[in-house]
Amino acid sequence: MPEKTMVEAIRDAMFEEMKRDDRVIVMGEDVGEGGVFRATEGFVAEFGEDRCMDTPLAESCIVGAAIGASLNGIIPIAEIQFADFSHPAFDQIVSEAARLHYRSNGTWSCPIVVRTPYGSGIHGGPYHSQSIEAFYAHVPGLKVICVASPYDAKGLLKSAIRDPNPVIFLEHKKAYRAFRQDIPDEDYTIPIGQAETKREGTDISLITYGMMTHHSLKAAETVEQENGASVEVIDLRTVSPWDKERVLESVKKTGKALIVYEDNITGGFGAEVAATIAQDAFEYLDGPVTRVASPDVPISPYSGILEEYILPNPEKIAEAIRKLAAY
Amino acid sequence: MVSVKEIQGAAGLSGDQLLDIYYKMLLARTVGQRERMLNRMGKGPFAVTGEGHEATQVGTAFPLKPGYDWVVPYYRDIGVALTIGQSPRDLLLAHLSRADDISSGGRNMPSHFSDPHLRIVSGSAPVATHLPHGAGIALASKLRGLDEVTIVYTGDGGTSTGDCHEAMNFAGVHKLAVIFVIENNQYAISVPTRKQFAVEDVSTRAEGYGFPGVTVDGNDVLAVYAAAKDAIERARRGDGATLIEAKTYRLVPHTSDDDDRRYRSREEVEQWTARDPLVRYRGWLKEYNVADERKLDGLHEQAAREVDEATEEAESAPTPKPESALTHVFVED
Ligand SMILES: Cc1ncc(C[n+]2csc(CCOP(=O)(O)OP(=O)(O)O)c2C)c(N)n1
Repeated sequence: MPEKTMVEAIRDAMFEEMKRDDRVIVMGEDVGEGGVFRATEGFVAEFGEDRCMDTPLAESCIVGAAIGASLNGIIPIAEIQFADFSHPAFDQIVSEAARLHYRSNGTWSCPIVVRTPYGSGIHGGPYHSQSIEAFYAHVPGLKVICVASPYDAKGLLKSAIRDPNPVIFLEHKKAYRAFRQDIPDEDYTIPIGQAETKREGTDISLITYGMMTHHSLKAAETVEQENGASVEVIDLRTVSPWDKERVLESVKKTGKALIVYEDNITGGFGAEVAATIAQDAFEYLDGPVTRVASPDVPISPYSGILEEYILPNPEKIAEAIRKLAAY
Repeated sequence: MVSVKEIQGAAGLSGDQLLDIYYKMLLARTVGQRERMLNRMGKGPFAVTGEGHEATQVGTAFPLKPGYDWVVPYYRDIGVALTIGQSPRDLLLAHLSRADDISSGGRNMPSHFSDPHLRIVSGSAPVATHLPHGAGIALASKLRGLDEVTIVYTGDGGTSTGDCHEAMNFAGVHKLAVIFVIENNQYAISVPTRKQFAVEDVSTRAEGYGFPGVTVDGNDVLAVYAAAKDAIERARRGDGATLIEAKTYRLVPHTSDDDDRRYRSREEVEQWTARDPLVRYRGWLKEYNVADERKLDGLHEQAAREVDEATEEAESAPTPKPESALTHVFVED
């Protein structure tokens, strides 16, 4: 099994899906040249400019034209260069893609994937760092995926492309080249909406997703080596729909829940997880449902010092684990 | 009856076609009036109609191949929907949000036309968000090597949006078979076009997108038809997009929630009533001997009857089941 980075896995997923189904196309800014993160490297040579299409610099139109093409037999993967620049397309995503099937009483559908790099920790400043999953997880009719590892990214992107619904596919950009993982040669998919327990544990359930999965795993190791708590780490992978069953099952086992997310604490997706646990696992809880997230400042300031101060990291997470364990 | 082939300005249409156009215009007028009446009677909470726009709507839609070409209308396009093949019953079921409303099963506001079999694409309420959809549909036709044409409609207000620019630019870059129809009725609710754009004819913008733009008298159905036919033929040949600006006037308030007396003088409305596209076309049909008074009156009666029957059917049709509100959030596979 070859080792791949996440961006390579993403490239492979799209490449293989475009080979498998000639309705699939990629459209976005600079994708013809391979894209700023190289996710479409070599696509024009293989598929031509019609199927790996440079668009004008107009995000609303990238998503809007993708929606239109999807109504007429094409399966577009719309690449938004950075999640921070998806906001001009918010209307197309929320008013159009998400509502089309519902508003037409199930007669039209919109099989598009909006792929975009998100997340901070790369000195991207306030406009190359944002987490946007909570905006879209709030909207019925959209599926929202957050990936930060090669294996998950490939399997979930394939599922997203094959899904008949609009899918927002968020790729943590810090994870693009940070890790390598063995990727099977054969075709595989990962079901949308399925969390994965990345580490078994008995004392605390730590629920997270995206880059925070890696930080949380580190923190869990650190605490265990101190002979501290045994932490179960669950990577949601998909925030809409999300795997409530697995989360509740784990919390019922451990009695403690720590939720870690990179976004601003207020109204971040972890708030929804916390509310669900508080309501549906109340009888089992043996400590406060706790969140570690970024404070409510624009994510993220450019300076490394400021950025590091803002974001959750393994130390901050470990500290929260110790505190909750002591409860 | 003369052979209409010889009539100058009949754009090569047969006598039957000329009368069919008139009938579609009549139906559109009658459905619009009926919807506003049902609204005043408290039967439908909202009405948005297009009385005054009939020549623009029927004239642009008539040269299309229904069910083959793609239609992306906006909320005023009753005449477009009827010309493409929706029935008054379809529109009234939507108006009264009945379960069998093909456009949305009672989920969308009335006049948000949709009919997959006719390739009339469901729309939303944010103005002009559907213009990029039209460009995207046409992109797909091009990628798939099909000679389908897509027609997209919006108002003069719609031209000010970013999506309008983005869609037209995209259509120009890819030389897409899409026609943008601007139904310039000179107001966006109360805002006059002089506050919307600083040019006389908004069709001149097309030059900046690399395709032709034409301004037509939107109350002259045969002039509109000729312009649309030209544009559709161009598009089908692979020669790209066209922007058609049809100058017209809505003879009714913006919607059932609007009082246009606040912003339009009665004199102005009267001047435009004198240019009513239906009256005008009726005069033309008589002048060129396509039909006589009796024949034309007969069509009026027929339209009224058809809309009466449709109203009765729609009123007695079942309403959606409350719990149906929970379905179709996602395509279930
Ligand atoms: C983005 C957006 N802003 C505001 C509105 C409210 N609104 C509905 S119709 C309309 C005027 C549209 O005018 P125009 O495009 O000229 O079409 P007309 O109604 O005159 O046919 C406005 C402001 C809206 N629906 N969408």
